[in-house]
Amino acid sequence: MAAWLKGVSGALASLALTFLGLTLITFLIGRVMPVDPVLAIVGDRAPKVVYDAMYRELGLDKPLIVQYLLYLGNILSGDFGVSIQTAKPVLDDLFRFFPATLELATLATLVGVVLGVPMGVWAAVNQGRWIDHVVRVVGLIGYSMPIFWLGMVALLIFYATLQWVPGPGRLDVFYEGLVPRVSGLLLVDAWLAGDDTVWYNALDHLLLPVAILGSFALAYIARMTRSFMLDQLRQEYVLTARVKGLPEWKVVWRHAFGNVLVQLITIIGLTYASLLEGSVLTETVFAWPGIGQYITAGLFKSDMNAVIGGTIVVGMCFVGINMLSDVLYKFVDPRAR
Amino acid sequence: MSYVFRKSILAATVLATVGIAAPVAAETPANMLVMGMRLDDIITMDPAEVFELTTGEISANIYDRVMMFEPEDLSTLVCGVCEDYTISEDGKTIDFTVRDGLTFHSGNPVRAEDVVWSLQRVIKLNKTPAFILSQFGWTSENVEEMITVTDSGFRVHIVEDFSPGLVLNALAAGVASVVDRELVMSNEVDGDLGYAWLKDKSAGSGAFRLVSWNANETVMLEAFEDYRHGAPAMKRVVGRHVPEPAAQRLLLEQGDIDMARTLTPDQIAGLEGNENIAIDFYPKAGLIYMAANVSNEYLSNPKVWEALHYLVDYKGMEESFLTGQFITHQTFWPTGMWSSVASNPFSLDIDRARGLLEEAGLGDGFSIEIDSLNTSPYMEIAQSLQQTLGEAGITAEIVPQDGSALWPKYRARRHGLILARWSPDYVDPHSNADSFAHNPDNSEEAQLTGVLAWRNAWADEEITALAAAARSETDLDARKTMYEELQLKHQANSPFVIMFQQNEQVARRTNVEGFVSGSNFDLVFYRNVTKQ
Repeated sequence: MAAWLKGVSGALASLALTFLGLTLITFLIGRVMPVDPVLAIVGDRAPKVVYDAMYRELGLDKPLIVQYLLYLGNILSGDFGVSIQTAKPVLDDLFRFFPATLELATLATLVGVVLGVPMGVWAAVNQGRWIDHVVRVVGLIGYSMPIFWLGMVALLIFYATLQWVPGPGRLDVFYEGLVPRVSGLLLVDAWLAGDDTVWYNALDHLLLPVAILGSFALAYIARMTRSFMLDQLRQEYVLTARVKGLPEWKVVWRHAFGNVLVQLITIIGLTYASLLEGSVLTETVFAWPGIGQYITAGLFKSDMNAVIGGTIVVGMCFVGINMLSDVLYKFVDPRAR
Repeated sequence: MSYVFRKSILAATVLATVGIAAPVAAETPANMLVMGMRLDDIITMDPAEVFELTTGEISANIYDRVMMFEPEDLSTLVCGVCEDYTISEDGKTIDFTVRDGLTFHSGNPVRAEDVVWSLQRVIKLNKTPAFILSQFGWTSENVEEMITVTDSGFRVHIVEDFSPGLVLNALAAGVASVVDRELVMSNEVDGDLGYAWLKDKSAGSGAFRLVSWNANETVMLEAFEDYRHGAPAMKRVVGRHVPEPAAQRLLLEQGDIDMARTLTPDQIAGLEGNENIAIDFYPKAGLIYMAANVSNEYLSNPKVWEALHYLVDYKGMEESFLTGQFITHQTFWPTGMWSSVASNPFSLDIDRARGLLEEAGLGDGFSIEIDSLNTSPYMEIAQSLQQTLGEAGITAEIVPQDGSALWPKYRARRHGLILARWSPDYVDPHSNADSFAHNPDNSEEAQLTGVLAWRNAWADEEITALAAAARSETDLDARKTMYEELQLKHQANSPFVIMFQQNEQVARRTNVEGFVSGSNFDLVFYRNVTKQ
């Protein structure tokens, strides 16, 4: 019980520290950047009197530490401020933009795991054979191909030429607003609303960006799985198992694979977290209104409320996924319990 | 084991194939106009604050203004919400009557009270575009006496000396949009005149009403069936945020959008020969210019300014990377506007520039920074300038930066040479003259940060006086002559090298007709659009 309490309090302390660090660093970066948040709002032609009024309204006339403490206090009371780019509370924006990224990243990670893990294992078991070479080339291509270019080429082939998938965007424009927003995940919302047409349209729109991001995840996961598995397959306990006459699938899956799970969980968690950051380039090519575009547009517009809010969400995702990984370690590795 | 893996891969492939083979919709509905464009400059929908290109356009379709340039004839200023007007003998008071039977989208009638309140609201809120009206001497203290309801309509009285023609032109700007007072005030919070509410809503009487604005996603408008010119054929107009031009082009080719608004020259070239797509050209009032900060030791000499005019490869740029999107233009008021001057006397002439630099005592050249926006075509232009300046012995270092970094530097007079853009705030030459030519106080303390002449630490008494006289001149012909003279004087003796005028290229499906894009950013109209 004491250990359990210690674990939880440690996790909470880590969460709080991460949160504080994130807000402080992002806030400071926002203030030292050679950009002017006032001009972002009033425009470069604003007369001085208008500029000064907005300067005061944003609280920029106060000392930096006071600005930070005020901001922190607001955040803790759930007020992330209003975004310049959307004219809405940042918290509302985060609830709108993050689900778009969450849906994309989750499906892409699933593709990466479902295809990448078996491919990696397959390649390791068949090291040096043609299967291994194919997996390595696939991994190399997926990992080294610029995702922006890959997205454009995929659109050109599957959308413009073959017409298998719809164009950029989350939905065709005439389906927008047809299903009530519940989770922000279109597949879920359309399913809850029982609207098959919107569900299929959302799925169609997801396929290409998921495939592109998924190929990136797949390449990384397959390469790492192969490497971890090769390491295990060279171990003496594997040789012993084979000598004992265990079926090959048992040797590979139960013994070797069981021992790479901890490492795999780590890299899958990192991959998922990096996709949740919002893949700006993919979101740009596919006109996907996700958190990546939101934060990037915020940076260009000196919309620091949006940038800090988005960064906190991404940071919390990292922390959350790390904590989840820690829990999973305990399931797959008795030594971690 | 290999068998198991093969099966799993096959299953995944089959699943993926089944997914991507699902039916794909295309073609937009016959009564809906869908445009691919950039929507990321939108920060508000309130006409008292709107000053961005995209919102200027959208606002023009949502709100009728006091005066208007209608899409049927963009060269003639006519009454919008007003029915008629009379100007007093001294030119300082204008009495308006209001059209009968007009209604807002809400169903509320459009009354003189709404017009007066809308104009007063702009002054009281005092957001950036408020200067278009406050320049007439209106302040939050006096505006209720200056703009009043009368028995027959409403009256505006100006304090400063301004030509009534200029006042009428300013009343055709976005800040003169007529807002539904009753609706907006019912959503007022803490005396904000509905400012918070109107940021993402509409309350106008124009051809369309705002249905939704999802930042960086879509803007959706719906036709106003009771519009004074009749209901628009397009029942919905949708702007889709498609930041990547190549993706915009693909969407247009597939028929998923009807118009692509922000294509690059290479994408436009790629569409040539496609029988389903037409390319339209609209001359716009946007200018690209280079300016020299006169407080810089090398840039204070008028001979250097003149030399800079001869160190621009206007033709080379126009015929290469600017092709179709910009044309050479060398005065501060764009071609196609009332009182513009067709005068492009400068061309690349390195020898002449060298001679002028010799006369300025800078025959050995000098080093200078060119601050530039870091986007296309500014970077390409900066590189061209770097080369041609180099040929005359000027070593130019390009400092590319985003607008959020460039504008503070420019407003603080911390640049050397700067490459920037400008478009008029309203359709009157005073809009540009006031910024490029009129600098009544060049001192640091004056902080006229919105004035380009001040930003470049340049003031010319004669030119400033001429600009002031032109804005006050009541005789239309005399005023026109004064602006023509002003442009030529400014061209001959100022640190501004005006280089190019924008030419908007719009790609549309050939079944779409009736789109109108005027010279200024807020003269774009959807109400005459039809689809075959």
